[in-house]
Amino acid sequence: MSETPETTEDGAVAETTGDSSVAGTTEERSPPASATDDGTAPKAMAVDAKLGLDVFKLDSEPHIEIDHDVCRTKCVKKVCLTVCPADLYELNDEGDIVVNWEGCLECGTCLLCCEPKALSWKYPRGEYGVQYRMS
Amino acid sequence: MEQVDVIVVGGGPAGLSAAYGLAAAGLEVMVLERGDYPGAKNVTGGRLYTGLIRDLYPELWEEAPFERAVTRELISMLADGRMATFEIAAQEFGGERPQSHTVVRARLDQYLAEKAGEAGAMVIPKMKVDELLTEPASTGRGRVIGIRAGEDEIGARVVVVAEGVLGLLATEAGLRERPAPPDTALGYKEVIELPAGVIEDRWHLAPGEGAAQLFLGSLTKGIMGGGFLYTNAESISLGLVLGMEQLRSRNDELESWQLLDEFKANPAVAPLLKGGETVEYSAHAVAEGGIAKMPPLLGDGYLLVGDAAGLSLNALITVRGMDFAIASGYHAAQAVTAALADDDTSAAGLVSYERRLRESFVLKDMQTAAAVPSLLENPRLFTHYPDAVTELMRDLFTIGPGPADKLFSTGFRGVRKRFMDLATVKDLLSFRRI
Repeated sequence: MSETPETTEDGAVAETTGDSSVAGTTEERSPPASATDDGTAPKAMAVDAKLGLDVFKLDSEPHIEIDHDVCRTKCVKKVCLTVCPADLYELNDEGDIVVNWEGCLECGTCLLCCEPKALSWKYPRGEYGVQYRMS
Repeated sequence: MEQVDVIVVGGGPAGLSAAYGLAAAGLEVMVLERGDYPGAKNVTGGRLYTGLIRDLYPELWEEAPFERAVTRELISMLADGRMATFEIAAQEFGGERPQSHTVVRARLDQYLAEKAGEAGAMVIPKMKVDELLTEPASTGRGRVIGIRAGEDEIGARVVVVAEGVLGLLATEAGLRERPAPPDTALGYKEVIELPAGVIEDRWHLAPGEGAAQLFLGSLTKGIMGGGFLYTNAESISLGLVLGMEQLRSRNDELESWQLLDEFKANPAVAPLLKGGETVEYSAHAVAEGGIAKMPPLLGDGYLLVGDAAGLSLNALITVRGMDFAIASGYHAAQAVTAALADDDTSAAGLVSYERRLRESFVLKDMQTAAAVPSLLENPRLFTHYPDAVTELMRDLFTIGPGPADKLFSTGFRGVRKRFMDLATVKDLLSFRRI
């Protein structure tokens, strides 16, 4: 991970609701590392490290929300776990899908691929979210 | 409700080209862009075909922040540790009017915004449009009368919707359907810094010249798509495009992001990246449905431009979008200017936009390539052929332990083994449509 280790340890990402310690700021910072980032999965580290290079402005509220009723009852395949190029989706201990929306690249792949339409997906509010500098 | 002549939703090449033309015509234009600055939310593979758009706003391109003029085109096929590359370096690609340039969107889009601003457009960043305001209309689709951004509502005689490929606002307003997975792809890339001299040495380029390299074959594991590499001034854009439907319908644990790491680690690719440092990681959806899946391009009080109108074309070896975006913005500006002069912003008043696109290279080229999207669904393009070509090339260049066969015999045996079968004949017949 790169320059902003303080955000990698705040634990905000196991919850999709964000964390007040990082919320609502317009300060530019890298997103927190994935909650699965325990140092044992070098490939998972790789995508987190890549996200660490990007500039994100974290909003106080998530721009992706999961309808867990639909997700649990209508979806077998859980393609969100594999299609996201930022690897933001994971299963929590209760077996529910959670999304670490803070590191979202805003491509919309999950929205397009989620068949049962369990996602409420909008762009982050103006000026928030990823800010590409050289893409 | 405050009222302006035209609101442009989205500050990418399509929206800003429209705004530039409209402002130059003396109209009151407001561009609303959700990013910190135009380009902040935008991603390109890396190349803008500048040859055809150059005549649209000739004064715009002299000082445009292009990275390199592409003079070298490479297509590489990858399979099982083999890479066969076809390369063409042609004077015609460069010169006074290069056919294409590599670009970085944060630079290009900010430049276009600056020019639109100088022409008199109000370009407002950090402003996300939340809704297209509509009222019922006779067409069945609503008449667009303005936008809502947070609590603010702004009215406009015409709204130019340049919101990008996902089309969230137009879908929500009932003006189109959300793009379906078979008609989209995921594009994602790393920007990797390398010194200009290294880039020029590695791809055999003179200063200012660039290379575009596409990769087909085992790197996408059978998924429709491929890899790309574009040389910028002091970086390269290296990434993949993967068909969304095939990506999501796989039954293994393959994760999309891993494919890029495997691509980078490919023994034939890794040396190209040597010494480079990744400085950004980005992703974007791509419209791949072709002309058949374009949403209605206009209606009462609105036009769709660029990616929001599905104007992009993956023709396997040429991949276009930004030139269509800029041309569609140009034609939108002309059509809206005429409609406002006639005081008719109904669908009938704006219909010259669609006519102009049909008469321009935008829809002509998309029409010509109408059959391409269905042909790209043929998995043999991404598995069998790269395999067969690299195998044939390997055999031709192999000196084995036994007595060497005649060159022709080796070649013919390879062709007979991999290309003379019914499936290939059927593919050849289908390729006639492209």
